[in-house]
Amino acid sequence: MSKIHVTTTVNGDSVEFLADPRETLLDCLRDHLDLTGTKEGCGTGDCGACSVTLDGTLVCSCLVLGIEAEGREIGTIEGLAQGHELHPLQRKFIEHAALQCGFCTPGFLVAAKALLDKNPNPTETEVRYWLAGNLCRCTGYDKIVRAVMDAAEEMRKEAV
Amino acid sequence: MRYHAAKTFEEAASIAAKADGVTRFLAGGTDVLVQLRAGLVTPDDLIDLKHIDGVQDITRLDDGGWEIGVAVAGARLGAHEALCADWPGVVEGMELVGSTQVQGRATLTGNLCNGSPAADGVPGLVAAGAVAKIVGPDGMREIPIEEIPAGPGKTTLAKGELIAAVRLPARGAGGGDAYQRFIPRTEMDIAVAGCAINLRVEGDTITEARVAIGAVAPTIRLVPEAAELLVGSTLDAATADALAAAVSAAANPITDKRGTSEFRTEVVGVLARRVAQTAYDRAKGDRS
Repeated sequence: MSKIHVTTTVNGDSVEFLADPRETLLDCLRDHLDLTGTKEGCGTGDCGACSVTLDGTLVCSCLVLGIEAEGREIGTIEGLAQGHELHPLQRKFIEHAALQCGFCTPGFLVAAKALLDKNPNPTETEVRYWLAGNLCRCTGYDKIVRAVMDAAEEMRKEAV
Repeated sequence: MRYHAAKTFEEAASIAAKADGVTRFLAGGTDVLVQLRAGLVTPDDLIDLKHIDGVQDITRLDDGGWEIGVAVAGARLGAHEALCADWPGVVEGMELVGSTQVQGRATLTGNLCNGSPAADGVPGLVAAGAVAKIVGPDGMREIPIEEIPAGPGKTTLAKGELIAAVRLPARGAGGGDAYQRFIPRTEMDIAVAGCAINLRVEGDTITEARVAIGAVAPTIRLVPEAAELLVGSTLDAATADALAAAVSAAANPITDKRGTSEFRTEVVGVLARRVAQTAYDRAKGDRS
């Protein structure tokens, strides 16, 4: 089966790869671009571990084909920190111990950032509903929700 | 698997009509890619519709109706204020499908063509009297949404036919619609029973109504005998009771892990009563 040449933008950088048409964007990020921060949990769009943004919209990269990325802009967990400086969400996840095994964390961070980009001042209910598609089997979610709320507050103060 | 990025609906229809293996159309992909991964359906030809002009558009038509492109994701419906003001029931149904991530990709047309009896996006369309614009080898035709589902996972679309857009009628004065489903929690589940009602009032009196039920029969179903009970009423208690009874009588559900037949039959009637009230309040100007 012939592979298809894909040119796309990931975290602001232009990249290209050869994709089998059956490969998901998740496969392409991990296996062709060595961006292994994005995790595969269920592979069927239920767990959110593979969350990325596609032209700014939050999606599961396991439900996008790699070839669909042609000409689009992808945002992954690797784009969150600025060099060695962690994103406020990343710092707050550490401060609040909002992770244990960490496998779901990249997905939560990408999803939470997409929420705060859209709504800098979400209620706890809004955070919980927005993150309902991200599953964590360790924390019980409370610490994650608190970390997101705290990061949002800090980011609002910085924005003033 | 051959991947085709069709540039027109005619090209997509032509590829599908000539194909001799398994064909799937790709819009949001939230069902197709799951089936692909699970090995349930491995298409020989996968026809991506997102490169066709206009598929991402939500367009107000000259007559006041709406045309929703085949690749418009649920999140975009929810963000469209004028569409939400006209058809809140249609939008709230679609917004119940999946997570935020799924909402970024999943489409109304995909929800319809996946053929699930429990599709949350579809009862609202049926109640609204929406039509599907279909392109096929013999040209274009329009049919009511309720004529598309044929049974679990099946549609009445012929080989080579595909839906190009969904059209909602003009809302007009005194209109309101609503959709509710029952699930055992508040988010991220599949409907155990669902009901959509669309109606119009003049003063306090209902002059037009359409009632659709989901997850309680092999297909999503229009229930004209329940709608007839609403017309001419002011949604008094006796009418609401009769509505609930008629909707329960129209249900023909299975028993599975989500609920028993008896439970679904009862609950769909309860939902009809609540949904009718919300639609009625919206028709009278309540925007909540």
